[in-house]
Amino acid sequence: MALLEVKNLSISFGGLQAVDDFEISIKKGQLYGLIGPNGAGKTTVFNLLTGVYKPDEGMVMLDGQNITGLKTIEINKAGVARTFQNIRLFKNLSVLDNVKAGLHNHYKYSAVTGILRLPKYFSMEKAMNEKAMELLKVFELEGEAGYLAANLPYGKQRKLEIARALATEPKLLLLDEPAAGMNPNETMELMNTIRFVRDNFDMTILLIEHDMKLVSGICQELTVLNFGRILSKGPTSEVLNDPQVITAYLGE
Amino acid sequence: MKKLKLGKYAKDNIITYGMIILVYIVMQILIGTGNISSLMQGLLVPLCVYVILAVSLNLTVGILGELSLGHAGFMCVGAFVGAFFSKCTQDVITADLPRFILAILLGALSAGVVGFLIGMPILRLRGDYLAIVTLAFGEIIKNIINVLYIGKDSRGLHFSLKDSLSLGLEEDGMVIINGAQGITGTPKNATFTIGIVLIVITLIIVLNLIRSRDGRAIMSIRDNLIAAESIGINITKYKLMAFSVSAALAGIAGVLYSHNLNSLMATPKNFGYNMSIMILVFVVLGGIGNIRGSMIAAVVLTLLPELLRGLSDYRMLIYSVILIVMMLFNWSPRLIYLREKYSPKRLFKKTREVR
Repeated sequence: MALLEVKNLSISFGGLQAVDDFEISIKKGQLYGLIGPNGAGKTTVFNLLTGVYKPDEGMVMLDGQNITGLKTIEINKAGVARTFQNIRLFKNLSVLDNVKAGLHNHYKYSAVTGILRLPKYFSMEKAMNEKAMELLKVFELEGEAGYLAANLPYGKQRKLEIARALATEPKLLLLDEPAAGMNPNETMELMNTIRFVRDNFDMTILLIEHDMKLVSGICQELTVLNFGRILSKGPTSEVLNDPQVITAYLGE
Repeated sequence: MKKLKLGKYAKDNIITYGMIILVYIVMQILIGTGNISSLMQGLLVPLCVYVILAVSLNLTVGILGELSLGHAGFMCVGAFVGAFFSKCTQDVITADLPRFILAILLGALSAGVVGFLIGMPILRLRGDYLAIVTLAFGEIIKNIINVLYIGKDSRGLHFSLKDSLSLGLEEDGMVIINGAQGITGTPKNATFTIGIVLIVITLIIVLNLIRSRDGRAIMSIRDNLIAAESIGINITKYKLMAFSVSAALAGIAGVLYSHNLNSLMATPKNFGYNMSIMILVFVVLGGIGNIRGSMIAAVVLTLLPELLRGLSDYRMLIYSVILIVMMLFNWSPRLIYLREKYSPKRLFKKTREVR
């Protein structure tokens, strides 16, 4: 049984068929890549999977649960977390608070407890701090825990976004161009981090990426989108050698 | 044993609370020794009112990040509910303090409920649109109270939106809210001490809320709504929470305000658009999201017109010029640099940093 099973997913904006008959099946623990030229509809697929848009047609099953058309919050609670192409951190919060915001639904206490500073507040905050620091250590951000998120260098902001997504304890992690704007060294480091996350958090990861070195380096399977339709899919090496894909995307 | 270490925020809060206690002690000494003009003494309670308003609006504007121009409306609700309650129960509850505490609780609760009800439809809007709608709601609240007539007699309470005669009161009846003439004869229970206590309570609520799980959720919505949603934060719930807590605190300020006056009327001057803008000016000048700054701004901008009273006609001119100059320079990078350079913290530091 696949962790994520998507069938016949479609959405159109006015006359534009942004995503047409999209399907994907990701097994647990897999590192799956979604590639395609600019404007192919990759991010739209992410937005459909996370409930930002409601699909016109189709079905999304996560771990046997139908999450089609649910709200973003409910989909996150069901176990899908994501990062964004243009980084969306809570810029005026500290790095630590960004991750703690991600822990929101897992460490609960009431507003009254918080305002009156009851004992539960202190025990919960302590547990949250420990958990958040643990996550920050994975991404080597523990030294910057007190910084404002806006003051982090670009590469670390990308990492913090992944850490925040992981804090929601998802089953499936969606990464939207995690290596965008990174230099080759940072990309190499990121590849290692993504592998580490997959192995240590027992995570299933679907990522959008343009960097072919990263894609061929870590993805086991690929789906290629072009004009909202699936152009090719299968094991990475096969897909990347598919003449259709090379024409449409990589250039002749 | 690990040494007790105070976080950055804890230190900040201690300074804020310490400042208030210091002001309170100094004021008490001045009053005790008679070194304070009656004008200043009369200003003490209004100052507390404005400080509470500034702090509460900062919760909406600075922490939730939504512009509200109707804050005086919530204050108005609190003021009238509190005054109404006090006047009704004046004969039943004879002890001043318990009655006043009940009035405050009731005023806060009703303003909070009104904030919640108004917030539900309008918090879907953002930015300028929200500002315009809150402005309208503030005016609506004020105008409804202006045509509201409530009387009490042996048969119970009577309501009317027409005039006091149509209440049909019996001989022993008494008009409590008399339309545009408002409520007269509210017991004057508000004192400086109660005002300071209420400021401290307001601060405890706001500052503790900010540094808690819910405050983090509210601020994450401010910083990035889409990201907040993607990590499972309930946007509607936390927007409403911040908005209604802010309204309830404005209600507290309203109760304090109404119990400092003999006759309470909903005029454009005290509960209208001007007042809402005035509170917003405190918040913006003191720094959006900066609680202590907005308190200082409220005090300075309330005292300024009074201190300039001697200049009669030029008073408001000078006031507005000072306002503009402060707005321009308060947050200019050069001035912030100078402030940091000559701040007491740095001057008292043992080791000087090498630049």
